[in-house]
Amino acid sequence: MSRGRLKVYLGYAAGVGKTYRMLEEAQEMKRQGVDIVIGYFEPHGRRETIAKTEGFEVVPRRVIAYGGGKFEEMDPEAILRRKPRVAIVDEFAHTNVPGAERLKRWQDVHVLLDGGIDVLTTMNIQHLESLNDQVYQVTGIRVRETIPDWVVDEADELVFIDLTPRALRNRLERGVVYAQDKAQRAMENFFTEGNLSALREMAMRHTAHEVEEKLSVVTGAAPAPSDAPGPGGAPGGAPSGLSPRQERILICLTGRPSSAILIRRGKRVADYLHADCLAIHVAAGQQAYGDDREAVERHMSFARNLRIETHVLEAADVPRAITDFARERGVTQIFMGRSAPQPWWKSYQETVVQGIVRHARDMQVTIVAERRR
Amino acid sequence: MANADRRPDPEELLRRVQAGERRERRGRLKVFLGYASRVGKSFRMFDEGRRRKMRGQDVVVGAVQSALDPGMESVLANFEIIPPITERHAGRTYEVIDLSALFRRHPETVLIDGLAYDNPPGSRNPHRWQDVDELLDRGIAVITAVNLQHIAEKQEEVERITAKRAANSIPQAFLAEADEIEVVDAPPDALIGRPGDSSISDARRLAELREMALLLAADVVEDQLQDYLESHGVTARWGAQERILVCLTPRSSARVMLESGHRNALRFHGALLAAYVAQTHVEEQDRLLLQSNLALAAHLGAEVHCLSGDDFVETIIEFACEQRVTQLFLGHTGVDRRFWLWGRNPIERLIDAAEDFDVRLFPHGGAS
Repeated sequence: MSRGRLKVYLGYAAGVGKTYRMLEEAQEMKRQGVDIVIGYFEPHGRRETIAKTEGFEVVPRRVIAYGGGKFEEMDPEAILRRKPRVAIVDEFAHTNVPGAERLKRWQDVHVLLDGGIDVLTTMNIQHLESLNDQVYQVTGIRVRETIPDWVVDEADELVFIDLTPRALRNRLERGVVYAQDKAQRAMENFFTEGNLSALREMAMRHTAHEVEEKLSVVTGAAPAPSDAPGPGGAPGGAPSGLSPRQERILICLTGRPSSAILIRRGKRVADYLHADCLAIHVAAGQQAYGDDREAVERHMSFARNLRIETHVLEAADVPRAITDFARERGVTQIFMGRSAPQPWWKSYQETVVQGIVRHARDMQVTIVAERRR
Repeated sequence: MANADRRPDPEELLRRVQAGERRERRGRLKVFLGYASRVGKSFRMFDEGRRRKMRGQDVVVGAVQSALDPGMESVLANFEIIPPITERHAGRTYEVIDLSALFRRHPETVLIDGLAYDNPPGSRNPHRWQDVDELLDRGIAVITAVNLQHIAEKQEEVERITAKRAANSIPQAFLAEADEIEVVDAPPDALIGRPGDSSISDARRLAELREMALLLAADVVEDQLQDYLESHGVTARWGAQERILVCLTPRSSARVMLESGHRNALRFHGALLAAYVAQTHVEEQDRLLLQSNLALAAHLGAEVHCLSGDDFVETIIEFACEQRVTQLFLGHTGVDRRFWLWGRNPIERLIDAAEDFDVRLFPHGGAS
């Protein structure tokens, strides 16, 4: 059985018309005789959108009891039993209520795809993991429901649903998107023209990036040249000189909260450069590791979720261990956060950043900003 | 320069106010941009017209593309149409929008399908987009649609992809000045199944055009965003685009940094900037080196800036923030322990001060 195809309707905010467009296309497929059902649809009280669901068979949701309440989630198993050609699944980035088999709706969608069912789904750009910090920097909102980039990369089709910020704000004003009082608050906070324009630009650029990635897969184009000169690559040669060595990025993780920013940033740069991406944590002795073991574990598992290969080492000399590992693995660029401020009595000691820069004389070192607002 | 007073001068403020007033009197222009025929631009445009009409606006149609989808007939039936005038000239047929009729009728909004049409020689305006400009000047809002292949500045690139060049075009500035631009996106697969298209290599061509259209729209949005932020007195330290700044000093590994910056900017479809902080005493040898680095930067398409300031780190940081830089490339000359410790090394100070952008350090290796 071949895997189902995934089509994602990408928008930049609620109300741009993703679900509407998805349903419109689904209606067209239905007219052409495709067996298509609604696996999950969130009406949000939007009349025009609800009207577009007319005539579709809806697979009942499953009810999950949690914390004294009853919650409804998509029922992938029921959809598999029904086995349509295509399932419509709204809100790709949704997090399921505890008690559901899977944590995330995108994981439910994978079950459907594995079952050979094509899926149409919707999401907004701010749910993309690698843009989380940038979105926070722009809007001041830390989006909690995120989708790893590789999940979106794997979509067979990505289509950008555009609407100008002005038109979107008009819709809000008319109460099309949210109820009036909520709309007013939304327009003052998240839905400002500046925020919307920035998110929209990100969505356009991301769609363009995905289109380009697909092109290079189709044509088997060579990966982007790296900064490291290849074997025999003359230093200072022409920009498009001999094929250089594959770029490889190593992210240095710690237990500090900024490690999440570091992971997202390193992975994003790696993806754009078609580079390999590794992560390492070096514990300076058992005790030091014990201090923030839990935080380190969390960052490691976050990195693995983004499909980054992770390593843990123990060594007294952290900068040396990191650069040795990097050299051994052919790393071209080391990504790290700023060192924590030193207390005055330690100020004669070298920080990790200083140490790595000193040792990594054949590699580039990127110090990632925390990008506070 | 970096240390210049950045408050807008009175002239600039006046210009802005006048531009604002002109914009208020002018009709609003909305453009639907597609990357190929049949992505559904016309449909979106007429749908927008329909919605506005439903909300009580006075909307008429001023031009329709000759080759119509069968579904369009019924859409058009809902509109009052002021038909273009058909003119023949030197064996060619032209459709010219009927400006005088539109001026007389003076609706709130006119729908003009096909923005890039040419008018026959001897017309009031050589191009349709100039007719649209006149409508806007008279306070009439225009909704129109155009394909990527008709954007003058993109035609060369489009021709490289499709081996075809459209005869008629509109300047990109006209698009950039539109009040609103909306992308009509669709996966190429959706187009290929339709009658008219044939080969599989079309898929590749269409994907390349699609990427171009999205990036063009993103650039327009970026400019509009900066205008918006400026006019609202917001100094944004962020942007939606990667902006790479290469710091040039005579002795740094400038070539490696510039070439890497160039590749990174290409991969991210971002901007490349290069800057150096002017120094008073520069040895002849260093001056020549710097000259050749600046020439290389310009050759690689970098925007080159010469900064002046007493303090290297402060000058660079200020410039980087002002330019909304996301990555700063810097060469280091093999760091010495004592240097870190005693000198408050400039690199260390820069890292400490760089809160909004990444700092990428390049070793001062073999390459010059």
